[in-house]
Amino acid sequence: MAALTGHLAALEDEAIFTIREVVATRERPVILFSAGKDSVLVLHLALRAFHPAPLPVAVMHVDTGHNFPEVIAFRDRHLASLGLPLRVASVQTSIDRGRVTDAAGPRASRNALQSVTLLDAIAEHRFDVAFGGARRDEDRARAKERTISVRDELGQWDPRNQRPELWALHNTRIRSGQHLRVFPISNFTELDVWEYIRARDLDLPSIYYSHSREVFARDGMLYADSAFVTRSRGEDVARETVRFRTVGDMTCTGAVRSSAGTIDAVIDEIARAIVTERGATRADDRAGDAAMEDRKREGYF
Amino acid sequence: MPVPNMLPPLRCATAGSVDDGKSTLIGRLLLDAKALYTDQLAHLDDVRHRRGLAERDLALVTDGLRAEREQGITIDVAWRYFATATRRFILADAPGHVQYTRNMVTAASHADVAIILVDARRGMTEQSRRHLFVARLLGVRGLTFAINKMDQVDFASAAFADIRGSVTDYLSSIDLPRAAAELAFIPLSALHGDNVVGRSSRTPWYEGPSLLEHLERAPVDADRSDAPSRFPVQCVLRAGGGVSADGRGYAGRVASGTFRAGDTVRVLPADAPATILSIETADGVIDEARAGASVVLKLTTELDVGRGDLIVGALDKLPRVDTDLTADLAWVHKTESRLGAPYLVKVGTRGPRVARGRALGVRRRVRRCGRHRRPQLVAQRPRAGTAPRAGAGRDRCVRRREDDRELPLARRDVGGHAGGGDGAVGTRTVGHPGLKRLPRNLGHPGLKSGAA
Repeated sequence: MAALTGHLAALEDEAIFTIREVVATRERPVILFSAGKDSVLVLHLALRAFHPAPLPVAVMHVDTGHNFPEVIAFRDRHLASLGLPLRVASVQTSIDRGRVTDAAGPRASRNALQSVTLLDAIAEHRFDVAFGGARRDEDRARAKERTISVRDELGQWDPRNQRPELWALHNTRIRSGQHLRVFPISNFTELDVWEYIRARDLDLPSIYYSHSREVFARDGMLYADSAFVTRSRGEDVARETVRFRTVGDMTCTGAVRSSAGTIDAVIDEIARAIVTERGATRADDRAGDAAMEDRKREGYF
Repeated sequence: MPVPNMLPPLRCATAGSVDDGKSTLIGRLLLDAKALYTDQLAHLDDVRHRRGLAERDLALVTDGLRAEREQGITIDVAWRYFATATRRFILADAPGHVQYTRNMVTAASHADVAIILVDARRGMTEQSRRHLFVARLLGVRGLTFAINKMDQVDFASAAFADIRGSVTDYLSSIDLPRAAAELAFIPLSALHGDNVVGRSSRTPWYEGPSLLEHLERAPVDADRSDAPSRFPVQCVLRAGGGVSADGRGYAGRVASGTFRAGDTVRVLPADAPATILSIETADGVIDEARAGASVVLKLTTELDVGRGDLIVGALDKLPRVDTDLTADLAWVHKTESRLGAPYLVKVGTRGPRVARGRALGVRRRVRRCGRHRRPQLVAQRPRAGTAPRAGAGRDRCVRRREDDRELPLARRDVGGHAGGGDGAVGTRTVGHPGLKRLPRNLGHPGLKSGAA
């Protein structure tokens, strides 16, 4: 495969360095894998970091049960092709066990419930590191977070008291009960992710590319019509040519009208986009000026 | 907008006193470079409307935390990304408040260029001097002084010249063994956009570039391929996970210099000679690995090489292996340093588990600007920079040379923070000239020697 050009090579080298540092100094790391483009990237970088040795990191999906079926199918296919086992932490199980109460109403979303399931799974498997695909260009709060970020005994982030993070000196020490969230692709932008995926020829779920879908409009976004979302009066379904810029739950992820059916077309579209990725497509970030920070404080990714 | 892919991104960090307009400058830079999206602009308009402000508060572009937005201050570093027709940028907006200087240290350590804001009316303040000192301490290569609020002094060239003079005076008074920084001075108004992206007609006496033009041309510190070859080993990899005929590979990132297959190298601290058999990535064998590249090195000889060892080019200037070291420190922990107290030391990928040290002395000190103390002037005289000596137990450390910019050192308080270490300390040089050697291993009762 061809070598990467300057800025992608620099980002890849940095991410691989971070992943190796963390794995070399901690005992029980896990990659949080949602099958979205960012987690596909993190998993790929982790495989590269340890090649030719096998991946010394577990892979886990926190499954809300409200995912796009295409994404779940991709998830299983992708991991099988890599020969990697998958752990699934299920929000439905958390609900059945009475750990959380399912949301109700037309705007019900299990997005916030994921935090409890995630923290329970981290405790159950005694993971001390959870790698994630969060990027700093996604959100105001994520723009503030260290690459290696400490979570306290309750899984909380304390944004006012972050550790120093100098040069490439990664401090991975934690107290018992704490864990680390590590974001190796912090410095990738949305465009970088797509250019990297093109350069490395990585597979993604089909819904990232243009397709025809039954959608309805709500709050200026296009939602996929699904069993997980209750439509209100006037929210009529129409067939549109769309694609998804981010992939989360069907309850909180909006589609964008797009005819970009190839990766070149997607990159061209993103390079000219005038709305941010999450601004265009994520209802969960619209809950207030600091919606992401508030969720992260409680353990959310 | 098509974006360039050939250059590595330029990393910049802002610095300067609170209210000198750092966040506003970044907001202006992003706005005028058309790097803000419509939903971000709509958010600024929404806040302006809700708070009844006369203009968009550009600081809200980067002040992302609830407390920051409520108090109107920057607490921690915000990272922003944008590209122009010629370059990509990673921009760290650092806090100006004295008590958040520790976060500014984090931002500056990642910077190729520090953009130091100075209010044209106030000139250099103690906080801008403090930030300037930190930038020099960390060895930031480019120092760009954005003389802001020029509109408030009627764009007078004299105000600009005065500040430039006081900056150069102050810089020459800083006694640190660092290569000279690349200086630039730009008169601007972040609020109105003069000389931020485009050149202003209101500073006809200024013939230099706008801030963005300057940054587009600034050299990237990452280009260290000509420096001595250094490869800190992160971990040992074996194909299939076990011992295989393929042999062991040493995973790491080239800190500086260039490695080629067939090069003779030395493995430190054991000081064993070896030859590079091959350099590999996930895509296969490559001919050479330049500074910054994450690769796997294989050696022709079976050696006991592990995490924390340093592979260096045998023909390059060799680093010294030593148990003593002297370091300039930026002390960011809430508790003060204590002489004789044990500290963990991390050099490159070595430690902190294997090397323990303790401060044996302080050569000079920048008065600390702790949370409960009155802010004090940093290094107006050359009495600047703390330089405790650290005995590193019985474990031998590879000592950095002055030119080993990419083998930084971290020290962390052990006492009372076992396993925690929220107060790391960063530094950049070891091996200060002209220091009297102190005896090794003074035998502090709390100090265990960390066997590798």
